[in-house]
Parts: sequence; C-alpha cells; structure tokens
Amino acid sequence: MPRSLFAKIWDRHIVARNPGGADIIAIDRVFLHERTGAAALRRMAEQGRSVRDPARVFAVMDHIVDTRPGRGDGTLMPGGEGFITQTREAALAAGINLIDVNDRDQGIVHVISPELGVVLPGLTLVAPDSHTCTQGAFGALAWGIGSSEAEHAMVTGTLRLSRPKTMRVTFTGALAAGVTAKDMALALIARHGSGGGTGHAVEFAGDAVSALDVEGRQTLCNMATEFSAMTALIAPDEQTFAYLSGRGHAPASFEEPYWSTLHTDHGALFDEELTFAAAEVEPMVSWGTSPSQAVPVTGVVPHGPARAHEYIGLAAGQPIAGVPLDAAFIGSCTNARITDLRRAARLLRGRRIAPSIRKALVVPGSSQVRRQAEAEGLHTVFEAAGFEWRMSGCSLCFYAGGEGFAQGSRTISSTNRNFEGRQGLGVRTHIASPETVAASAVAGVIADPRELAR
Amino acid sequence: MSPFPQPLASVAAPLLQDNVDTDIIIPSREMRFTGRTGLADGLFAPWRYSDADNRTPNPDFVLNQPAHRHAAILLGGANFGCGSSREHAVWALGEWGFRAVLAESIAPIFMSNCLRNGILAAPLPRPVLEALASQQVRIDLAAQTVQAGGRTYSFAIDAEAKEMLMHGLDAIDLTLQQSSEIARWTCQDRQERPWVYLGQVR
Repeated sequence: MPRSLFAKIWDRHIVARNPGGADIIAIDRVFLHERTGAAALRRMAEQGRSVRDPARVFAVMDHIVDTRPGRGDGTLMPGGEGFITQTREAALAAGINLIDVNDRDQGIVHVISPELGVVLPGLTLVAPDSHTCTQGAFGALAWGIGSSEAEHAMVTGTLRLSRPKTMRVTFTGALAAGVTAKDMALALIARHGSGGGTGHAVEFAGDAVSALDVEGRQTLCNMATEFSAMTALIAPDEQTFAYLSGRGHAPASFEEPYWSTLHTDHGALFDEELTFAAAEVEPMVSWGTSPSQAVPVTGVVPHGPARAHEYIGLAAGQPIAGVPLDAAFIGSCTNARITDLRRAARLLRGRRIAPSIRKALVVPGSSQVRRQAEAEGLHTVFEAAGFEWRMSGCSLCFYAGGEGFAQGSRTISSTNRNFEGRQGLGVRTHIASPETVAASAVAGVIADPRELAR
Repeated sequence: MSPFPQPLASVAAPLLQDNVDTDIIIPSREMRFTGRTGLADGLFAPWRYSDADNRTPNPDFVLNQPAHRHAAILLGGANFGCGSSREHAVWALGEWGFRAVLAESIAPIFMSNCLRNGILAAPLPRPVLEALASQQVRIDLAAQTVQAGGRTYSFAIDAEAKEMLMHGLDAIDLTLQQSSEIARWTCQDRQERPWVYLGQVR
C-alpha cells in the first residue's frame, strides 16, 4: 500500500503499540534550550532518573542570552543568568552535549541543529520548543513538546503518542519575484486559520516547495505550529542531502538505498489535502494579534475580533501599507539564516532606515550565520543602514523582561508571533518576510518590498 | 500526581475568546525561575493586572470577579493554549487551582502538557461552552460527561489519557515498565540505522 513520508517515519519508530491507543515511539534526538530545558533536567535529577543515551541529547543557550558583543552569562532579563548557569550545570551532570553561550556553534536551536547535522531525514527529533517543526524541512519528524515530555524522551528514549492525522499542503506553480516562504506560510494560515492544522502532521509539497532552498523550507515548516499542526515536513531531495553531507553528526554520504525511500509514495492518502497556487501568493504582513490575521501588503485591514483591532490600533478598511512604524527586527528561528540576511541586505545596501525607526536590530540565527555574514560584509550593510548588528540568539522575538521595544511601540518583525505583548508591553507586532521588514524600515511605514527592489 | 477528582465540581470561569496563547497565560517575563512553582502570581498577567509591575488587579478580568475566583474549571474558545510550548502555562494554571480546561479546540502541545500534569483538557462545542459559562459544573471523567443546569453533555478523550488522569499515573513510570521492549527495539535498530547512534559526548 502506498504510504506517506509521515507514515514511513512513524511506523519505523513504533517500539510498542498499547491497547489504550497510544504508540510508544522511539525518539532519535532531543534538543533542549536554557528556557525550558533546565526545568526538564532539574526535575529528572530530582526524581533520581538519568538520560538513557546522553550522546543523542543536546542543549544550547539561545533564548535569553545577551546578544550584545562581549557577552557572558549575564543577561538583561532579571534572573536570566540562573537559567543559563543551571542549564549548564544540569547538562554537564547529565553528560549530554552542551553548546554554550560563547561556543562557536552557538545559535538558535532550530538553526544550529541542521548546521551541526543533528537533524537528519527520517529521524524523530523533539525539543521543548514549539518551533521544533522547523526541522521537518529536512524530512525528519520533528515537533515541539513540553518539559515533562522532554524528560520522558530523555529518560526512556521514547514518547507515548496517539498517531496524528495527516494533511498535505501542495503549492503548485512558482512564486512571483519578491515573494518568499514566509509569505507562503502566512497566506496558508490566513486562509485556513490558526487552528487549521490542529493535530495534523502536515507535508508541504508541490513545485513551489521543491523550488525553495533548504532555508526557505525551514521558514515554511517553522510556521506550522502557528497553524496548530503537530508538525510539518518536506521530503528530502538532493539539495537536502547535499546540505547535510559531512556536517558534524551527519553521515559523510547518503548513498545507502534507505535514504531514497524517504518520500510519499504516489497514491498515498492523506486525511486532508489543501492546494495553493503559488503565483497568487503576495508579500504578506500581519495586521492583528494572531498569525492568521495577515493580509497581502497591498491589502486592507479586514474586519476581525474587536480585541485585535483595539490592541493593534488599526481599523477595518485601512490599507496596511503606510502604517507608521517605530522599530524593526530581523531575527528568530523563522528568518535569520544567511539567505534571509542576504536578501534583506540587498534591499538595504546604500539606504538608511527612516528617522522614525528608533530601534532596529539584526540578530543572526546562529554564530555560524554571523561569521558567514561578516565574511560577506553584510554586517557593514546593516550597520550603514542604521541597524544594530548583534550576537546570535532568540533576542526580541519575545520579551523576557530585559531588553525590549518601547511600551506601545509598533514593530515590523521577521519573527513568527504577533501575539499581544509578545515583543513587549503593549508592543504592536507586524510579522513579515525579512525583505518586507527591510523595505518597511527604510520607508518608516509598512511597505511593499517589491517597490524597493525595482 | 493526584488522581482527577471524581467528580470535579466547580464554577466554570469563561474566557471564551479564540487563540488565547501561552504568552498570555504566562508571559515570558513572568517565568523567573527554572522550577515549576511560583507561577500562579503571573497567570494571565497581561489581562489580570491593569498594571503588571504593581500587580494592580483589573476588575473586569474573569478571574478577578468574586464568582470565579475559586474556579477549578476554565472555559476557552478555539485554539486555546496556542503558541509557545512552555509547560509553565499549565503549571501556572495548576498552581492557581484549575483541574480542567474545556475549550472549543485546544492546541496540541498545551493539551499534552495538561494531561502530563493531571489537568483535563477536552474539546466541547461552542454552544455547550456558552451554556456552561459561570455555572456550577460537574465533570464526571469516568462517564466522560459534563453536567450543568440539569443538562448533561459528553466529551471525548483518548483512552490512555483518561486512564492516566483517573489514576494520577506518571507517564515515565508507565513507559519504564516496558524498558526491556525498548532495549530490544534499540538493539535491533542500532544494527539497521547505525547513523542514528552517536559516539561519545565531546
């Protein structure tokens, strides 16, 4: 019987089937970060339990680390240092792989996992972080869990799970110039709702998905959690294998016949199928307080929940382009990889951000990305344009109580969540592609990046 | 973990808007320590306090209303608990005294976190939730029913999740009972997929 990629990976990992309906699924990799990982490691130690196979567990400092140059364990978040030092102590005690604050491989968990060859096609990988679905871009089954589940995965090498439903989202045709994976994700969620994928493992397929580079694929899969999907995945192809070959923990080559089985068989059935014409996707920007509240940058604010209009301070019928901005942020596990930075820099070269933009940051997704960008001189482009160039970390994707945007300010952000207060008290976030962030920062208002690219 | 009360009887506090995310349930800035406690004070901080720094209560917020202050049942709209996987959201709800979240739909990671902490999380249709709002509600987990105002409604729950809640079981203890099966599987898998198994931690 033809099987989906999801089914192949799931079935391969069934250790036991229990009468209660849950399967015991083998977990190949666990990744922790200091924000939620410390809780799992601490609890595990308190219970007198230990990690079953420490070589397959990784921890990194990314969420609340200081992103200013010269950083140490100190962080602007009150009490933040304790998360870093306790994660370090617990990771060393547990004997797991630790990528520390100033390690040359440090970076946002989902950015460094492929860089280090931790995620591989066909693996199961979990992390106590909702954006773990990002790593599905490499054809792995990777999903976010809570701290208790992380403890379960570390101690037993498994999780108890009910088999999710499956969905395939096919993007046919080709994207127009200036339209990116971020816009695909926002268009999907805007059309089908922030709960549109609830409980499903989503496979992204179609010519427009195959045409994405590995980084664009990560951006697309990253947003699956904003669709309330369990995860998303994309079948690995030559590009995927070429990217991973020889990296850190990855095999030197992917020539064994197994690797070529990792795709959805022709005729495999999904519980749900959605299709999108890629050519119809435009640059998208969120107008409200849920990623589903997004419109083409050429569009107008639609009628939405009163609370969203009130918080964001925009009325229905108003064009989204031209909304004045106070701040701009390029960063996060969604859009802070090298190609994201290159595309933003291309628009910023020889330009300045508008005087009304009081805070503008570029925070590379990893230390490797930062070094690569510096080798290409991108940092000078950002700095000349008026952006601060930071060390790698999650930074202002969320407000942890330390550094923040000014209360009530309006930001354009390459991140994934425009929730109330996500980036600071009363901060009104508009999420968009790095291109749209760059073009809007120059204009001082929400702007169509295609106009600046002309 | 304590077994789920049989029955759970409480007033149901309505928070019936859609997309209540875990950043609202417990903002990152309220997660000050690496443990699982000390979180109830920050529960729903952005909505519960008109000034979060000084902890000035917002009298309009549902949990500040005397009738709902001791609610053990929380009602939500669609996609409740979406966003960040932070289990702190569930720890904060539990520390406040909630034992059940009934919502139109529930984000998957949040739902799993609830079940791992002895909190029932179950979907119910919108009209039922509206009927339960601010009522004295009785949840019978064994029968999978919710009763209020003389009416009884059924809810669905995964068989294993129900069993674990009913008896306050710990998932890790349960899985460790199958350690030998896991070891056998892993031994075989190591032969078949050697690339999965990594060498020494450097």
